[in-house]
This record gives sequence, C-alpha cells and structure tokens, in this order.
Amino acid sequence: MISTRRVPKSLLAPALLAAAFSLVPIWYLVDSAIGSGLKFAVDEIFQTSTLRLVIRSLVLTACVTIAASVIGTIAGWVLVLSGIRPRSLLVVLLSLSLAIPSYLSAFSWISWFPWMSGFWGAFIVLTLVSYPFVMLPVVASMRSADPMQEEVARSLGRSDIGIFFAISIGQARTAITSGSLLVALYVLSDFGAVAAMRYEAFTWVIYGAYRAGFNPARAAVLSLVLVAIALIVTFSESKVRGRSGAQRIGSGVSRLRVVKPKKRSQIFAWIFSAVIVSGGVGLPLVSVIAWMFRDSQTKVDFSSVVTAIVSSFQIGTFTAIATVLIALPIAIAAARYSGLLVRSIERATFVSHALPGIVIAISMVFFGLRAVQGWYQELPLLVLAQTVIFIPLAVASMRSSIERSTAGVEEVARSLGANPLATAIRVTMPIAMSGVLAAVALTLLSSVKELPATLLLRPTGTETLATSIWKYSTVSDYAAVAPFGAALILLSAVPVAMMTATMNVARAD
Amino acid sequence: MSKISRNIRTLVAVAAVAIFVSSCAGSGDSSNSSESSDVSTSSAPVVVYSGRSEKLMSELFVQFTQDTGIDVDVRYGDSGEMAALILTEGTKSPADLFFSQDAGALGAVEEASLLTVLPTEILSLVDTKYSSKSGSWVGTSGRARVVVYNPSLVDTLPTTIDDLLDAKWLGKIGFAPTNASWQSFVTALRVVRGEDAARTWLEGFAANKPVAYEKNGVVRDAVNSGEVALGLVNHYYLYEKIAAEGAEAVVAKNHFFTNGDIGGLVNVAGIALLQSSTNQERSLALVEYLLSAKGQEYFAQKSFEYPLIKGSKQFGELPSLAELNSPEIDLSDLKSIAKTQDLLAEVGLLTK
Repeated sequence: MISTRRVPKSLLAPALLAAAFSLVPIWYLVDSAIGSGLKFAVDEIFQTSTLRLVIRSLVLTACVTIAASVIGTIAGWVLVLSGIRPRSLLVVLLSLSLAIPSYLSAFSWISWFPWMSGFWGAFIVLTLVSYPFVMLPVVASMRSADPMQEEVARSLGRSDIGIFFAISIGQARTAITSGSLLVALYVLSDFGAVAAMRYEAFTWVIYGAYRAGFNPARAAVLSLVLVAIALIVTFSESKVRGRSGAQRIGSGVSRLRVVKPKKRSQIFAWIFSAVIVSGGVGLPLVSVIAWMFRDSQTKVDFSSVVTAIVSSFQIGTFTAIATVLIALPIAIAAARYSGLLVRSIERATFVSHALPGIVIAISMVFFGLRAVQGWYQELPLLVLAQTVIFIPLAVASMRSSIERSTAGVEEVARSLGANPLATAIRVTMPIAMSGVLAAVALTLLSSVKELPATLLLRPTGTETLATSIWKYSTVSDYAAVAPFGAALILLSAVPVAMMTATMNVARAD
Repeated sequence: MSKISRNIRTLVAVAAVAIFVSSCAGSGDSSNSSESSDVSTSSAPVVVYSGRSEKLMSELFVQFTQDTGIDVDVRYGDSGEMAALILTEGTKSPADLFFSQDAGALGAVEEASLLTVLPTEILSLVDTKYSSKSGSWVGTSGRARVVVYNPSLVDTLPTTIDDLLDAKWLGKIGFAPTNASWQSFVTALRVVRGEDAARTWLEGFAANKPVAYEKNGVVRDAVNSGEVALGLVNHYYLYEKIAAEGAEAVVAKNHFFTNGDIGGLVNVAGIALLQSSTNQERSLALVEYLLSAKGQEYFAQKSFEYPLIKGSKQFGELPSLAELNSPEIDLSDLKSIAKTQDLLAEVGLLTK
C-alpha cells in the first residue's frame, strides 16, 4: 500500500541523513575534480580512450545484467514452481555463489581454462557471482504471489511454459528489475574479475590511475563518469519497474501454492541447478581444495586462520548492523510513500554502489582524516566505508518485504499516538523481519568478501579472510591461500542459510 | 523507547556530527602537525607503509626490533595504492616511511613534495644511479631484467632486445603482461628510446606472438618445461625455483644483457622518509638498518636480489652489478607507468 501523503518529518530526517551519508564519496570526487581544475577534468573525461572504455564497460554490464536476470529468474522458478526437492538445500547452494569474491572465482576459472580470458571469461564469472541478486527477490515475490492467476490461466488451457512467460514473469517483474539494478551496478564497480580476465573495462583506468598513475585526482575525475552512468541506470530502472504486477484477485489471505511436480520440469530443474552450482560454487571450491595440495613455502598455522575468520565476521557483523539501521528509514519511506523526494533519496544511495571499492576507500581516507581523525585506520571508519557500499543491498531487500506487508497495522499504531520512528521499530520492523534478516545476512556476506576498502582502511595489522587471500596470492603462494579461501566459502554458507531460511522458501507445502 | 531506537538515534547523531565536521574542514590541513609532535615520545613505533610483501619483509622487521628495541608498525599493500594513499593523506599521513617495490611510486610521492631529503651519510652508501637524484629516496635492493631460457631450445642467445623481434622466436617467448617489472621495462624503453621507437619495438614484439602468462613465476616454469624457449622476467625467479626444488630439477638458465642494452634494466625497491613524520630519528635508524651489511645480506639471501651498498656480498651465482653494466636511466622517471599501460593496450599486449 503506497501513501501519497507527505513523509512525516521524523522518518524523513533520518532518511535524508542516511542518503547524505551514502553520498560522502561523491562529495570527495566532486571536491577533487574541482580542485584539479575544470580543464583537467574535461580533458580527462573527453578522451577517445575514455569513450572506448565506457563502451566496453557498458557492453559487459548489459550482457551480464541480461544473463543474470535470465538465470536468476529461471532459478527462482526452479526453487518455487518446479516442485524440486530438497529445496532447502538447493536454495542454499544456488545462493552460495554470492559468497565467492569475483577475484577468487575469476582466478579459479582461468587456472582451469586459460583460453577463457577476455570478454567471455569476465562475462561468465560476473554472471555466476551476481545472478543471486535477481534470484533472491524473484523467489520472494513468486512465493508471495497469489497462485490464483496461474490457476485461471491453466484452466483456460495454457501450458506450463506459457504460464511462466505470461503470468509468473509478469508477477516477478518488480523483483527482476530491482535485482538487475544491483547486478548492473555491481558489474560497473567490479575490478577483480575484469583484472583477472584481462578484459579492459572502465574500472581499469580508475585502478590504473591509482596503481600506475599514482594520481588520485585523475581517478576521481574518471569515477564521476561511473557516477553519471550509475545515475542513468538507476533512474531508468525506476521507469522500467513501474508498479508491481503481483496484484491479488479477491480479498483475504492468499492461499498457499500447491505445486504438482512434473517429470520433465524436474529433469530440467536438476540439470539447470547442477550446471549453475558447479560453475558458480563447485569450480572455485575445487580449485581452492586443489591448492591445498600444492607445495608451500609458508606454513599457515591454524590460529591465523581462526584470527582471520574472527576479524572478518566481526567487521561483517558491525557493518551489517550499521547498514541495516542506516538503511531502514530509507526502506520504509520508499515502501510506504511515493513522490520525487522519496524516490531521489532511495536512488541516491545506489550511486556509490557503482564505484569501485578503492574509490570508496580513498574517499573515506579523505573524509576520515578531516572529520573523524581518531577513527582513522580504526574499525569504525572501515565499517562506515563498507556501509556506504552496501546500503543499497539492505534498502532493496528490506523495501520489498515492507512492501509486501500491510500498512494497516502501522496506521493503527500511528492513530494510537506512536511517533513514526517508534512505529518503524516496534511495528514495521517485526512484520518485515524476514527482509531485515535477509539484509543483515546479505550485508554480512558481502562484507566478508570485500577487499579493496578493507585493505586500505583496516587497523594496522588486522588480517581478514579477504586480506589473507590477497596477501598470499600476490606472492603466488596458493597453498597458503587455500585454507583462507576454503574458510571464506564454507563459512559463508551460514549467513546464506540464515538468509534463505527467513525467506520461507523451504516451507513445507 | 526501546534500545534499538536509542541506537538509531546515536547513529544518526554520529552521522550528523561527522557530516557537519567534514563540511567545516578543509581549511586547516596542516594545523595538526605541530600538536601531534607531542605524541612522538621516544618509544613511538616507526610506521611503515610497505608495498613490499609481508612474506618477504616481516622477518627483517622483527630482527630490526630485536636488534634496536625500536618497534615497527607495518601496513602492507600494493605500492601504487600506497602511493595514492599517501598523496590523499597529504601532511596528515600517519606513515613515517614509504617502502616501495618500484622506483616509480616513490617518484610520484617525491613530486608531490611530501618527502624529506635523506642525510648524506645514508645516500652515500648507495651508487647514485640507484637513488633519487634529489636524494629524497634511496634504493635498498636491485633486480635485473633477464632472459630466462631453456638451453635445449635455444642455440644463439639474443644480444639486444631487438634480436627478440627475429621471426625465429615466433610464438616462443613468454612474458607476464600485467607484471609491474615488465611494465617498468617498457617504461624505461619509452624513456630511453622515445615514444615512437618504443611503439615500433612493441609492435614488432606483438607480431612475434609472445605467449602471455599470469605471473613471472609461471613464465619461468613454462620456460623450464619447454613450453616456450625464452621468457622475459627478473633475475631472481630462477634462483627461487632452484632454492625450492633443487638445482637438478631446473634446466632453465638466466641470460644477462651486459652491454648496456635496455633489456638489462636494473630497477630497485626503495624507501623514503615522509616530511610529516614526527619520528624521524628512529625512522632513519630503520633505513640505515636496511642498508647495513646485515640488511643487505638479508635481501641477497632471502629474495636473491642485488645488495646495493658498496662492498656487500651478493648471492653466489650472479654477475656483479658492475659487470651488468645496466643502462643509464633516472629511475624516478619510471613513474609514467600509466602511459606505458595505454601504449601496451593500444598495441594489443595488455588486454583482450
């Protein structure tokens, strides 16, 4: 239920602050671009090589987004409508590729298939690590959609495939487009996969400006190009999305879906899942395990693995809690109110998501040293940097679950005199708890595999799973990478299971 | 009011304060440097930003602390990213020393006037060829570019990099396109021969269809196994393999260019003292330690690099630095790596 009333101030204020916070990197970028002189900025942006790289990035982004949407949608169908068993295991397996860092996945693909480097390698790896962004909201939306429309269509003689295209996709349209937006922004910001695959994308020049050009100002100017692309992508998504197609027929509580498994669909569902899971999770896991048997010059002791696990999950937990708290007012405003202001606040948080981690990190260095010097190279600033990156993930997963809950109870609470913030916490949060928990888990997962910001902002001496993988892989000591890589993949199954459990996909029916 | 909502309020308040402070900041960039000198007590650790890997360096830093009682806090990272970090931090950098894998990153920080000129007693330890011309960084160890070759596949060795363009090497040369030392070599080629000549050489090289590998170590292994005949790498990769697997397991050999050819470029890792350091004396003690006989021997033994102080003992099998007769070049000029990458991408040697 969407209200066209004005957003109450007590909700608007924290939402505005959260949006302003997520724009800290943009402030830094604009500041350095202006500081370096307008002529320099214009010259950097309007180079033929810039245009060529923008086009290469857009081609990759478009292809991955389309492929991830198709795979994510089919995966949603497999999990909800195909009647496949055991569903609770499959949903975890199909979501687990979220936990695999793109650099790790790309590196394991290229070590088995060296000829894959270039566009196709980057395309395959990025699709495999990002399709869950589409699959998860699609599953949630297909679960909650009223089965009545399908039954009507079936009674009119439509086939299963016909129903999938005519009804199910239409009902999941909002979920597909909002998931695709996250995929597109993720691909724009990725450097790990395109670097390992040697596909020269736009992030190359940004990283090149730091690593080879030693020129943060140039990197800042070029990052503004990514910001502009992100703005276009984000606002065109809201045009495509329109209103949800999952309207209910009739009133009352929607009936649980009864799926009658068909043999043909089941075989297809199994083959599809086997291919996707072995590419997305199987291959990286097998590579990591194979590395364990290589010769190593370093003896990695068990305690350093444990320490890395603890630091990773400590940072991840703080990040997840901070992100959800900061994102909640935005998610509620976006789910319950309409209007340009609310749309802009929500969309603003998505922009930083298209920036490579190193740009966020450098901007937090700039911000941290000026605003919160005591936090520099301490945990809080690292957590804030990761929060900036992951706010849109939390907004997206909470907004959709708030949208699916009824606004009636909130209105009752308000009419009884509770202020909007109290209503948000005591009423909305519990009814949208599945979305909140999913947001916590998704942020935790993403934080644990995050590398560039962690590397630059961590407290000196702190080693996480991701930094340990980096540390040993830069000196080609893969036997030492193995325990950290294996721990990262296997332990990520815990938040993945937590996230999927909250979605009720595995509910017996 | 529930606990969660109090937390939200705290967070919102923190964010608000932070944003407010940031908008007022920016004017007083250097105001903190005077007051932070109070922090520098005699026991403050030396803060090092190290672009050199932990695997290589950690043991030496531990020895330094044991020998001198001075603690060291090391942040490890990519040399280029560390340089960008220091440039962003400016005079507020917590770092005392910047220890870089390559001369180029040091040159960039030098250009931003963030470094202090080192005392002459330190600079005089090392041949001026391997330090900054202005004295703001000093080389700590050297590495030579070589051709690693498989003797059963090679009759006559190249005497200059131009011999590598001969059609007989078609598809037989291995290289690591993303490796920093390869890119430093190409940068030196640009600096010494000029842009046009460098492009011509690279186009000829590309026409010979060299085989791209992920890393230098993989190039060396491919040469050793006979997959390719030659590889363009740094000298120490071969000795790492011999140390790990024994001399009998390794058939590949190193060929040094000793005629001043650009193919025999000697690049260095080096260290610099930041102007904003409030711990200069103790930091210089660490620089001196790296350039002591003990420190130099560590590099020679552990990474098979060239020690740079006069009269130090180098790893057994190497020709001496003097014999190498490496090309004359100002190593600070190797900072234009970004241009090199553009050129490599244009001739199709970097990306796909």
